[in-house]
Amino acid sequence: MSKATSIRDAVSARLPRRHRAERRFQAYGLAAIVMAVIFLAFLVGSIIIQSVPAFTAHRLTLPVMLTEDLVDPRGDRSEASLRRGSYNSAMQAALREQFPGIESRTELRELFGLYSAINSARLLSQVVEDPDLVGQTIEFEFPISDDADLYLKGQTVDERREAGRAPITLTVDGETVTLRGDEPVFAVFSDRLRQAMTQRAEADEAEAARLIATLDRIIDRDEREVTDAQIERAQRRAERLRLQLADASGLQLGPRDPSLLVRAGETVIAIRSISSDGQTAQGEILLPAGLGPRRVSDWVLWEIETPAATRLITDRQIVFTRTLRDRGLVRNGFNTLLFVNADSREPELAGVRGAFVGSILTMVVTMLLAVPIGVGAAIYLEEFAPKNPVTAFIEVNINNLAAVPSIVFGLLGLAVYINIFGLPRSTPLVGGMVLAIMTLPTVIISSRAALKAVPPSIREAALGVGASKTQAVFHHVLPLALPGMLTGSIIGLAQALGETAPLLMIGMVAFVADPPFFGLSGFTEPATVMPVQIFIWSTSAERAFEARTAAAILVLLTLMIVFNAVAIYLRRRYERRW
Amino acid sequence: MADIEFLDTSSEPRGDTLYHPVTVGYETKVATQGVSVRYGEKVALKDVTMDIPSRAVTACIGPSGCGKSTFLRAINRMNDTIDNAQVSGSVLIDGEEVNDRSVDPVVLRARVGMVFQKPNPFPKTIYENVAYGPKIHGLAGDRDQLDGIVETSLKKAGLWDEVADRLTHPGTSLSGGQQQRLVIARAIAVNPEVILMDEPCSALDPIATARIEELIDELRENYTLIIVTHSMAQAARVSQMTAFFHLGALVEYGPTEEIFTNPRDQRTQDYITGRFG
Repeated sequence: MSKATSIRDAVSARLPRRHRAERRFQAYGLAAIVMAVIFLAFLVGSIIIQSVPAFTAHRLTLPVMLTEDLVDPRGDRSEASLRRGSYNSAMQAALREQFPGIESRTELRELFGLYSAINSARLLSQVVEDPDLVGQTIEFEFPISDDADLYLKGQTVDERREAGRAPITLTVDGETVTLRGDEPVFAVFSDRLRQAMTQRAEADEAEAARLIATLDRIIDRDEREVTDAQIERAQRRAERLRLQLADASGLQLGPRDPSLLVRAGETVIAIRSISSDGQTAQGEILLPAGLGPRRVSDWVLWEIETPAATRLITDRQIVFTRTLRDRGLVRNGFNTLLFVNADSREPELAGVRGAFVGSILTMVVTMLLAVPIGVGAAIYLEEFAPKNPVTAFIEVNINNLAAVPSIVFGLLGLAVYINIFGLPRSTPLVGGMVLAIMTLPTVIISSRAALKAVPPSIREAALGVGASKTQAVFHHVLPLALPGMLTGSIIGLAQALGETAPLLMIGMVAFVADPPFFGLSGFTEPATVMPVQIFIWSTSAERAFEARTAAAILVLLTLMIVFNAVAIYLRRRYERRW
Repeated sequence: MADIEFLDTSSEPRGDTLYHPVTVGYETKVATQGVSVRYGEKVALKDVTMDIPSRAVTACIGPSGCGKSTFLRAINRMNDTIDNAQVSGSVLIDGEEVNDRSVDPVVLRARVGMVFQKPNPFPKTIYENVAYGPKIHGLAGDRDQLDGIVETSLKKAGLWDEVADRLTHPGTSLSGGQQQRLVIARAIAVNPEVILMDEPCSALDPIATARIEELIDELRENYTLIIVTHSMAQAARVSQMTAFFHLGALVEYGPTEEIFTNPRDQRTQDYITGRFG
């Protein structure tokens, strides 16, 4: 009796601690899961948000006149003649039509910068296909340049527009225009700008002072030089700003300052200087549209806050783009080019199709090599191989291969497949072979695990009724191990699908502007794959590739999810219980 | 085989084994001569010599790890599947050496069926479970013949009435006792001469056990059965001959009645009276 009570006491004394430990452990587990989910949500969320702009694109539709002397130099409608035509000139002419007053070379260069000349290739193929189009005017739609597209999406340029406060009088004198308001209409802008400039000057001066204070602590000569240069730059910036602010005649606007435009009707004037009273301004005509000396009361003060020096689209291009959009010639829509085009140097024309097809072709090669060889090796090692030092050595090496950095397999592929066997480089064939070696250990290890998981009683049962070893394996063990093998193989393939490093070694990083042929000959044509495409885009300078990189990641992720969903489906479908 | 007479155990004791005289006239089906099995360094069975009668049930009893299962597996060469197992001595079935190189284990196992401790039906249909053996051995010429074999085997195993209308259901969906009878039917289907049973009832409840014991008794008419059991009562109920194993050696062997009523060795007596084991 007393013994029973003492056990009870002893257990109850420790009970709260045990419960606490259990709760603590559960809390750790829960915290870990919550963290993991947050990280994942953050990752996927940020990729999706970043990729959104890539899924839409602004397109320009222009009536292009295909005059015979431009597109058919010989005038015989033959393909050879049509191919020598200057289609870009036709497109340029169509664009000039929209802006009659634009004449000078610099202005035209900015105008033609709104699209990429590569688009004329599509116009050419359209005409070659249907020579009757020569002499006609067709509505030709093409993507607007990435900088204009990003501007229209509000990604790269901050701007604000407000209606003019009071009527202004315009006086044109050659190149310059003088704008005189009935009231100080520019004062709000110039005051705000002065304030910002003062702040910037103060910040630069403070920065210079801070750097000077650190100077005596710097011993290293190189570092000292760098710091000296930084001080000088900050001081120069501050000096320039102070000089600008001190100018009694008014405020001069340069490329490092926000742009101020005045828009009256379709005429747009860029302000270059504002008088100190904020009533008068001088500017330059960006877009002439029947301008004479006159007085306007309906006008817009258009401030582009991002200075011209820090953006890739000029003031004039902004004006062109906006005018074209106001005329209904630029429309936003789903970016189909992202899915039907291969890679391009022009972001607005770049698409993932080439990499997608390349990935599929590469995966076909990897699958055809890695799965049969891996499964076969696993069956032999697990079911038939004698247990001796040789097989033990092989097993250890297979396990070690799984931990070899993937780039090493790329080097191996380069040395063996390309240099010794002489297979064509940059092709899905070689890429698939390299990835197959990389995937083999995964397939073998998972297949062996699946075979091991089959209870030995099944083998004994089969052997017991007189099945041979091979019959026991192929009739009974393999069907039970197959779902596991399948899962392992698909996980291995998914890993290979996301691999970049080994493919860089065998040249699949090449710029491939034509999607590979989705057939037998595609295996030996240069191609690239999704992860490499992502890598190439992520290192491109153009801002528009940023969103396209995220979009390509989404496509790759979708492909992966499909792969894994298939794996789960197959496993569920063929899993048998015993 | 008429020319093989059952070992006359009364005359001279060989080795350390005590043999009881046998009064009933049996024919020898399986004869072992100095069978030893080693797993690497460990000796699991040493120098077992015994003659096993045809059309009778021979029970192997003994404490865990005494080598009775190893002995059973030596008869149909299941020890071959264990990597480091080494078998010496000779096992004769109808006077034919099974350890001979010329004997294919596949043929041997078709003649010597085996039922394991845990029911292990294939994860396939009931029909396929029974039909598998005849199929791989080519015992049935056509579908009708195969159907006939499946039916008779299931009938012999006393399972037909319970599963006749659901032959396409998975074998694993049956209850434990039914699964064990299915496994017996699977063994019978290839029409073996000897059936080895390794603790066939250890995973079953008493009612299922009673059914299996009944079945064993029926099967005795046509087959030579060797069963390993931990249940003294079961050995006494179903077997005609009993062999007591201890620490890898065959201690005592003779008619069941003799062993249970008049054990000569102290260890046998201690074991069957429940003093150890």
